[in-house]
Amino acid sequence: MRKKTMNIKDLIMGLGPLVALILMCVVLSFATNKFFNYGNFMNILKQASINCLIASGMLIVLITAGIDLSVGSNCVLAACVMGVLMQMGVTNTAVLMASALLSGMLVGYGNGLLLTKLNLPHPFVSTLGMKNIVLGVALLITKATPIGFQNKGVDTLLYLGSKTIKGFPISFIVVLFLYALFDIFLNLTALGRNIYCVGGNAEASRLSGIDSKKVMRIVYTLSGLMCGLAGIVLVGRVSSANAMAGITYDTDAIAACIIGGASFMGGKGTIWGTMIGALLIAVIRNGLNLLGAQNDIQYIVIGSVIVLAVFIDITREQMEAKARKLAAK
Amino acid sequence: MSGYVAEIKNVTKVFPGVVALKSMSLQILPGEVHGLVGENGAGKSTLIKYLTGVHDADEGTLLMEGKEVVFRNPLDARAAGIACVYQELNIVKQLSITDNIFMGRQIKKKSGLLNYEEMHRQAKQAMALLGHDIDPHRECGKLGMGIQQMVEIGRAVHMHAKLIIMDEPTSSLGEKEVAQLFETTRRLRSQGVAVLFVSHKLEELFVICDRVTVMRDGEYILTEHISNLDHDKLIHAMVGRTLDNMYPKEAGTKGEVALSVRNLTSAGVLHGISFDAYRGQILGVAGLVGAGRTETFRGIFGADPMDDGEILVDGKPVNIRHPRDAIRHKIAFLTEDRKGQGLVLSQYVKYNLILSNFSGFCTGPFLRRKDIEDSSRSIVDDLRIKTPSIDTVAAQLSGGNQQKVVIGKWMNVDAEIFIFDEPTRGIDVGAKIEVYKVMNQLVQDGKCVIMISSELPEILGMSDRVIVMRSGRITAEIPRGGKHFNQEDIMTAAWGGTLS
Repeated sequence: MRKKTMNIKDLIMGLGPLVALILMCVVLSFATNKFFNYGNFMNILKQASINCLIASGMLIVLITAGIDLSVGSNCVLAACVMGVLMQMGVTNTAVLMASALLSGMLVGYGNGLLLTKLNLPHPFVSTLGMKNIVLGVALLITKATPIGFQNKGVDTLLYLGSKTIKGFPISFIVVLFLYALFDIFLNLTALGRNIYCVGGNAEASRLSGIDSKKVMRIVYTLSGLMCGLAGIVLVGRVSSANAMAGITYDTDAIAACIIGGASFMGGKGTIWGTMIGALLIAVIRNGLNLLGAQNDIQYIVIGSVIVLAVFIDITREQMEAKARKLAAK
Repeated sequence: MSGYVAEIKNVTKVFPGVVALKSMSLQILPGEVHGLVGENGAGKSTLIKYLTGVHDADEGTLLMEGKEVVFRNPLDARAAGIACVYQELNIVKQLSITDNIFMGRQIKKKSGLLNYEEMHRQAKQAMALLGHDIDPHRECGKLGMGIQQMVEIGRAVHMHAKLIIMDEPTSSLGEKEVAQLFETTRRLRSQGVAVLFVSHKLEELFVICDRVTVMRDGEYILTEHISNLDHDKLIHAMVGRTLDNMYPKEAGTKGEVALSVRNLTSAGVLHGISFDAYRGQILGVAGLVGAGRTETFRGIFGADPMDDGEILVDGKPVNIRHPRDAIRHKIAFLTEDRKGQGLVLSQYVKYNLILSNFSGFCTGPFLRRKDIEDSSRSIVDDLRIKTPSIDTVAAQLSGGNQQKVVIGKWMNVDAEIFIFDEPTRGIDVGAKIEVYKVMNQLVQDGKCVIMISSELPEILGMSDRVIVMRSGRITAEIPRGGKHFNQEDIMTAAWGGTLS
């Protein structure tokens, strides 16, 4: 059923970044003998998990032609909320996890309200404001001191970000499961299609009776929820809550979506493309690390990949438009 | 030497499916105000775009002061001395009068920095030439529309334009501002500048123009001194075509009133609109572009907020504040701008077809794929939408087929009142007839159809009753078969005349 609806264009769209990912892996396999082995691959998946989670929320925001700059701070706040609650004596894993998810959703819902109730001109403004507010709150509640989670009786909380099954990280199993859900959500539910419609043409959607403001609020709340989940994984990975940990998360998530075929103009992007984008970023970071390259080189390479990916994307679109025009004549 | 400042000779311009200009000719003398009139779609806009270098011509020539010129782009036209003041002003509201007048042509000092003293002086002078003593430092956005327009004319004067085209210059001006504009226009004339004055208001032509040219269907009809013309002659020249019989009108049975509108008002745009629309009938809405037709129905549909007025559906007052409310009251609105407001071009045809009724194809949160596909296929067949498949993105369809998708979208909604806004604009004859057949079917099923159209033959061919709008008011209501049910009288009402 799903295969039948995939046409050639979708395939090419999905394949571009995939080819890049495979090429990158081949090149790195020859460049360093530490790259091509099971352990390292699992390491990459572990490293990609947080970005995958945040990027899935970012994707649906981007599809509506919006942006969520608060994701990094939001993820960190969720971690800090758990840390503070733990310091206050809460050790129940379920309660801590719920608090992280709730905190993430509240921030996301706040973004949605700012956008739809105050009618701020662009989510860039509301989420930029929210990013700073949330970061400030995280610093405030933790008194700007990192909180350690080890040997505090909350080990089960850390499993999500640290445990593996035969080396395969649980966090990435969660990612795969959620991505499958996102695929169904975006393609098979009315709300999912409405997200594409609102992003593709907000006015036409409104005149067709779609409540685009409600769609927006749901989208930003979902993005927040994914940040909360990412916060739980983060705590498991580094065993601490540090308000300054999420600096690169915003841009990494946006980059994953854009490399994966999403557009700032809205209306397009797929969840599996986003995963490939997130993996590509993780592979580049991992590979350059193994090669002994410092942060500086990593940033330069990732920056170039983003520009290149979008350039290829718009060039392909222009060529398609041209072909259509020629065909119409 | 011809003595004309600009002379268009036998210009033809063909767009895919439409001949916009058919061997059109026009001669403009220096120091005259030359009126240009025609119905909607007569080719005025295309002619302006040709003169300003936006479009090239397929055939024909343009002479400026006797010399043949070819404009490859708007800059060429500007350099040749043609300037245009559009209805939508090209003013940067945040900048000063000086900045706007010198946009792209700033005067610099030797150091490379801008010479503002000189620019302010010249800007003040240019405005003074137009009869306005005004401080050129002032920010344009804080000035009245009339003055903003003057700034644009000032820019044209400062560029030493020989021909200034004014496209509907009075449409957004108040009475005093119009008087001022005419005063300025006369000054320009006395300075030897030619003005091509395009207007929908006939009475203005008699006030300001020296000669008038009438266009119809892209063709030259006549050029006359205004003293040789009167209202009736102008109207007759604009509409004097024969009706071809391409309208497969099949009458329905007139039923109850489906939609009543009482005193619909939007400050400055709509002034107390009231009318009834019946089941089993097509209500035609005629009028010139900008008469407030689309605004009226966007208001009724809840797309724009209204200041006052009452809407009744099947005799019961309803409160419509959002398009969702209108859809719930079984009103469908096929927008004029299908790409901008009707379709999500990046989405598949099948999703566009259920855009107005996602909830009707859902079980819980999930879409019923098979239902969507079955319904889409049958609509594609019924409306004969030419598309490779229902999984094609809407952007790949031709204009006519996109329009059918918009119609199909509303077929999927259980609607009783269908508002078609310019349903056949830009689609070919075959597709037009399909659209008319859909309307026939709807009225025969006892639905209420409202058709906004700028094409008089279409209005006359399909409507059971016609309301005519002008400047946000209904100026005439004409039943099919009544003595005013003809092109001349509808045009007279649309251009502000009275029907006896």
